[in-house]
Amino acid sequence: MPVTHHVKPRHGDVLLLVGTMKGAFILRASDSRKKWEMGGPYFPGSAVYGMAYDGRYGRHRIWAGPQSMHWGALLRSSDDFGKTWTDPQGANVRFPEGAGAALANIWQITPGRDVEPDTLYCGVEPAALFKSTDAGESWNLVEGLWNHPQRPKWQPGGGGLCLHTILLDPSNASRIRIAVSTAGMYVTDDDGESWRPSNNGVRAEFLPDKHPEFGQCVHKVAQSKTQPERMFLQNHWGLYRTDDSGETWSDVANGVPSDFGFAMGVHPIDPDTAWIVPLESDGFRCTPEGKLRVYKTTDAGKHWKPMTKGLPQKEAYETVLRDALAVDSLDPAGVYFGTRSGKLFGSHDEGKSWSELVDGLPAVVSVKVARVALSKKKA
Amino acid sequence: MPFLFVIPGPLRDLAGGRSEIRIDASAPTVSAALTLLGHDYPRVHDRIVTELGEVRPHINIFIDGDSFRDIGGLSAPIPHGAEILILPAVSGG
Repeated sequence: MPVTHHVKPRHGDVLLLVGTMKGAFILRASDSRKKWEMGGPYFPGSAVYGMAYDGRYGRHRIWAGPQSMHWGALLRSSDDFGKTWTDPQGANVRFPEGAGAALANIWQITPGRDVEPDTLYCGVEPAALFKSTDAGESWNLVEGLWNHPQRPKWQPGGGGLCLHTILLDPSNASRIRIAVSTAGMYVTDDDGESWRPSNNGVRAEFLPDKHPEFGQCVHKVAQSKTQPERMFLQNHWGLYRTDDSGETWSDVANGVPSDFGFAMGVHPIDPDTAWIVPLESDGFRCTPEGKLRVYKTTDAGKHWKPMTKGLPQKEAYETVLRDALAVDSLDPAGVYFGTRSGKLFGSHDEGKSWSELVDGLPAVVSVKVARVALSKKKA
Repeated sequence: MPFLFVIPGPLRDLAGGRSEIRIDASAPTVSAALTLLGHDYPRVHDRIVTELGEVRPHINIFIDGDSFRDIGGLSAPIPHGAEILILPAVSGG
């Protein structure tokens, strides 16, 4: 097994959690975000699609969902930035008897709202939502979604039938949105008891009915924290925005080289600003023209402009997957993304300039970012 | 009718460092033997068997040298004194 290095984050540091097909890595930098140190690999040999940082209630807990091809997937956490990880007695996220399903992978781990510090959610494959109300000690299948009458008709996308996006409405404690490939978006207004599809205006290029109630292949949805009714959606063909909490979606693929892609992120303050990485097509899921370009809008999608300074613009046929882009909460905002070829890029100036933080990682499948707070009382 | 599980290296930490686990009980089938293993070593069991009770696809189990998949799967019989060898399959990438 490889030697594992560790980082020692300090209060106020920025932390990058990078999940790859062969393990996880943790990077730290001061708030200048110019010099990065890397720890890892953690869980070498396992794919790590889901990672999260839980800084609520004085915690500094990292969650990861390593998936071994041989031994399955398990949810683990670390309170010391990766030096030690929990090793639960049994599979902590597991389908109940009678569900007729077995956990294949953990795609998303989402800490609950600040007012519910012991609540966590995770999205898994096959597509399902799990919830914990005891800080991750135990997990329960959200039956309302699992028993949805449309669920048997959901179809797996290229990555499997996965629930990959979980958005907790900050202004409505009972409203949660999820996205599934391939089923589309669903929303609950009663804390998971009942769910309804929320895909009005989103097209399904691959179906005879181009605008079905559900069945869209939503790749990612990003929500504004300051204006939660504003969201951006990257579809399997199609780039959309909603200003009414997902009741309707409008096409905003204005000036992009392709409206196919996976990753997206929204500015921590400005709801009009977002970043995407267009890919050429579903047949050739690489950056168009061999140029690695992050596209940014500052007017809610009316225009998108390429941000290329510091990114390779020649023979760069890169792929950035759905969870491999993250935006920090600093001012100016930092933007980070990883590629399937194992490169990790970062910008500390909202995309005006980019640096290659690491080259040579295994294929990057997820990038999460957090600000470390160490001074508060531990949970 | 005791039988013996041989635990692969990656699972030994979950088995208290043991490379072998002797079960002093009777198990008519592979399924029953795995259930007995899970009573004392639930973490080992969960790494081998899914929630559906199926052996994970990239895990091989050999009963006295025969792959359990060739001799009846989970219903394969466990002879007296059998050695049950658990091995990760040749897969990965």
